[in-house]
Amino acid sequence: MIPEIGQFALVLALCLALVQATFPLLGAALGRTEWMALARPAAAGQFVFVAIAFGILEYAFLTDDFSVEFVAQHSNSALPAFYKFTAAWGGHEGSMLFWITVLAIWTMAVTVGSRSQPEEFASRVLGVLGIVSAGIIAFSLLTSNPFLRLAPAALDGNDLNPLLQDPGMIFHPPMLYLGYVGVAVPFSFAIAALLTGRLDKDWAKWTRPWTVAAWLCLTIGITLGSWWAYYELGWGGWWFWDPVENSSFMPWLMTTALLHSLAVTERRGIFKSWTVLLAIAAFSLSLLGTFLTRSPVMVSVHAFAADPTRGLFILSLLGLISGGGLLLYAFRARALEAEGGFKLVSREAFLLANNILLVIAAVAVLFGTLYPLFIDALGGGKISVGPPYFNAMFLVPVLPLCALLGLGMHSAWRTMSADALLRRLKWPAVAAVAAGVILPFVFFRTASVLAIVSITIGIWVCVSSMLDPARKLILRTGAPLTRGHFGMCLAHFGVGVFILGATVASAYNLEVDVSAKPGDTVKAGNYEFVFRGMKRVQGPNFVADEGEFELRRDGKLLTVLTPQKRVYRVQQNPMTEAAINTNPARDVFLALGDPLGDNAWSLRIQVKPMISFLWIGSGIMALGGVLAITDRRYRQLRQKPAVRVEAVGAA
Amino acid sequence: MKPRQQRMALIAGVLVGVVVAVGFGFRAFQENLSYFFSPSDVAAGKSPTGRSFRLGGMVVNDSVQREAGSLTIDFTVTDFANAVPVRYTGVLPDLFKEGKGVVVRGQVGADGRFVAQEVLAKHDENYMPPEVKDALAKSRQAENK
Repeated sequence: MIPEIGQFALVLALCLALVQATFPLLGAALGRTEWMALARPAAAGQFVFVAIAFGILEYAFLTDDFSVEFVAQHSNSALPAFYKFTAAWGGHEGSMLFWITVLAIWTMAVTVGSRSQPEEFASRVLGVLGIVSAGIIAFSLLTSNPFLRLAPAALDGNDLNPLLQDPGMIFHPPMLYLGYVGVAVPFSFAIAALLTGRLDKDWAKWTRPWTVAAWLCLTIGITLGSWWAYYELGWGGWWFWDPVENSSFMPWLMTTALLHSLAVTERRGIFKSWTVLLAIAAFSLSLLGTFLTRSPVMVSVHAFAADPTRGLFILSLLGLISGGGLLLYAFRARALEAEGGFKLVSREAFLLANNILLVIAAVAVLFGTLYPLFIDALGGGKISVGPPYFNAMFLVPVLPLCALLGLGMHSAWRTMSADALLRRLKWPAVAAVAAGVILPFVFFRTASVLAIVSITIGIWVCVSSMLDPARKLILRTGAPLTRGHFGMCLAHFGVGVFILGATVASAYNLEVDVSAKPGDTVKAGNYEFVFRGMKRVQGPNFVADEGEFELRRDGKLLTVLTPQKRVYRVQQNPMTEAAINTNPARDVFLALGDPLGDNAWSLRIQVKPMISFLWIGSGIMALGGVLAITDRRYRQLRQKPAVRVEAVGAA
Repeated sequence: MKPRQQRMALIAGVLVGVVVAVGFGFRAFQENLSYFFSPSDVAAGKSPTGRSFRLGGMVVNDSVQREAGSLTIDFTVTDFANAVPVRYTGVLPDLFKEGKGVVVRGQVGADGRFVAQEVLAKHDENYMPPEVKDALAKSRQAENK
């Protein structure tokens, strides 16, 4: 009975989403306030029913209700309770319901955060969000209902994919979805502005915190996914240019471009059409990502379902939403006049370069991701595009982008004399180049040109982004540091840290596959691995062969590593659980391969210097985003309405 | 410079950048395209020599051989019409199993043996890589004719 209530709640949510999608938009067009006033109650009601539906699905998982097909397929009575909880988004149907839930959360946040904005504008924003929501709920109900019953009920569940039975899975999907779906908010702001014909500095100011919020969730979500792939997929890579990774990365690149373009629109009232286009593109790419991961075109751990109607439905939704957005843009773009100009050396010019380079990177990734699909669809055979293409195509625009970043941060709006810029940044640049050339040789004795260039750029970004905060916080000169400005500097510093981590971890990665027997000692670089033996370990729902290895450096014992080869009881898949010894300078990574006979095992050993800088750098970027959102400018924006609401209440 | 000239310089700079990027892109793209062939394609001589490609099919039961303690493994990949012997040195992915689908990337050596640089098994135990599924369906069709 209870799962049917969940489905019924979802149907009610769809009805309310349709109300939210029609009346506020019509009301704003026809000037009928009573229709516009429906936007917030409809959104709130939708949120309640979506939450009920999601709660009921979680309840079905936690109580092992195997009469629900989705639960039977993705859970098992022996599964630990919190994996039962996360299993709710471990499959296609549940993850779509999760998508809807996340959109409802964002919509709720918009109903609260938009109270200071004109009623007409806010209703249009909520109306557009309603259209998106109605589309996805309809998709869920028509093609992938998570509450479908199984008759007769299964005795026990099919268990969750062992790869997903990991603490990383608790946070990676929710953060990524918050980011993916959060891009819908700047999108609806852009559409609402096009409808209103009012696309000005205020609009950019309203849109910015939402964009930063979505961006920072995307940043954290992608980083967690990469971290998870690194330690859980078992082979020590952290980015594979897998189509699914790409489909989360393209919206990230576009949202990053959008953030920068919005900064210009807010400050100077220019780049308007470009900003709107980026907002539409970012959300389209995020829908495309949903399509790519939810359709049979892709093979990866993420490809849950192979059902062509689902792919077709999402593709039509994508066509409708982004096609509609672009059409509207085509009609209204002429109204978006720039309110000023700028010179060749100015912050605007650098931000323009930033945008162009980011878009080039996104297009290159998009091309490499979609080309094989097109060729296959046209009957041209199965091809795949290798990671070297992506690496090259990504570095070509991104290295200059990062080199320019330092210059852009220190130039003024409108115009800047090149001499002043040079005077300001001469010494930091010299220091970065010197450090970039010397340090690799000091620490690693060799260096390729690419490594030297990338390390130089990484150091340059770190140094140039910290010049301002250092001057203001330590020397106490100049205007006080605002949170927005400090957040921007910090996020850029994070980019620098990330570049250093990515470069050093890939350029100086040591990787060996060896065969070893208990009693053997294997050497890799400065490290020795003493194989003490194997034993059988019982987990809650798996059995594992566990190896015991002493990790030694120059004869001194550092730690004991215990990599495992697990076999999960229900699905009977083997799974590699690598052992990783981490410190800030390097990770030592040891994974157990297969038994080779004669007591020997294959081992993969990797020493990855500075890989933790990758995660730390991304964390700093996200922290910068948090600081930027909590800037006083946006807080004031929210305090004003509270007064008005009270006044209304009193009246 | 006058504003007009500045704008022209900006546009010219952007254009040059785009052209260079696109040029690089196509070169990198051409070099990194990897084609997929089935064992029947290899038998018919359709696969390239001296260039790496992907080969997919089923791992033949009881074909996996390795010298005890060695990292090198030999096995046979089939689409049930033709079969290709494969050699690989290194750690195998978790989902590599006899009787299951596999995709390997590498080159055919002078002795007709496929030397794999990489063994891919990005699917779960029941699921077949789509390439392999297509290849198997094709060879079945050819049989029925």
